[in-house]
Amino acid sequence: MTRAVHDIGGLPAGPIEIAEHERTFFEQRIDAMMRLLAHPTHGYYTVDAMRRAIESLPREDYVGLGYYERWLQAMRKLVVEKGLVSEADIEGKLRSLANEAGQK
Amino acid sequence: MKPSFAPGDKVRVVARETATHCRTPHYLRGKRGVVSRVFGTFPNPEQLAYHRIGVPHVPLYQVDFDYAEVWGKAAPNTRISADIFQHWLEADR
Repeated sequence: MTRAVHDIGGLPAGPIEIAEHERTFFEQRIDAMMRLLAHPTHGYYTVDAMRRAIESLPREDYVGLGYYERWLQAMRKLVVEKGLVSEADIEGKLRSLANEAGQK
Repeated sequence: MKPSFAPGDKVRVVARETATHCRTPHYLRGKRGVVSRVFGTFPNPEQLAYHRIGVPHVPLYQVDFDYAEVWGKAAPNTRISADIFQHWLEADR
């Protein structure tokens, strides 16, 4: 039987890392953006869509990215699906930010 | 959708494979349990996940499983409980 990348209950996985850490500014921003987008007053997507987007990441991303990095990739996918922005908008913004950073 | 099961009913989780989003853990598929609680009916998360509105709403149950049924070995005083939607349950006769 094939299992989705996240659905690993019962599989050998080694010890679970349970140490807490302070949330970084990056993590807080991702958390805030996700909650705004998923909030029912905006309703851009549901928590279920968010879970689906995270759980359908390519295996190397699901395993290799951090928790909030997975959230960020999922949000990117969902805002494009919902037509809020296009993939070209995102790529363009990333290029202009990279240019600004390069000029400093 | 009306609840088909009540607390105390013996059920079995459907041993179905799915390539789309669902909340039924793989390790419980095909396992036998007992309904311990009916939570009510809720929008179907398998549709919400794809931007649909999730109708018809589906009954959601808490189902309790014997540890040995799930993991194949006994563990005293340990029970596994999971929230399972009705379309993932069948009567275990």
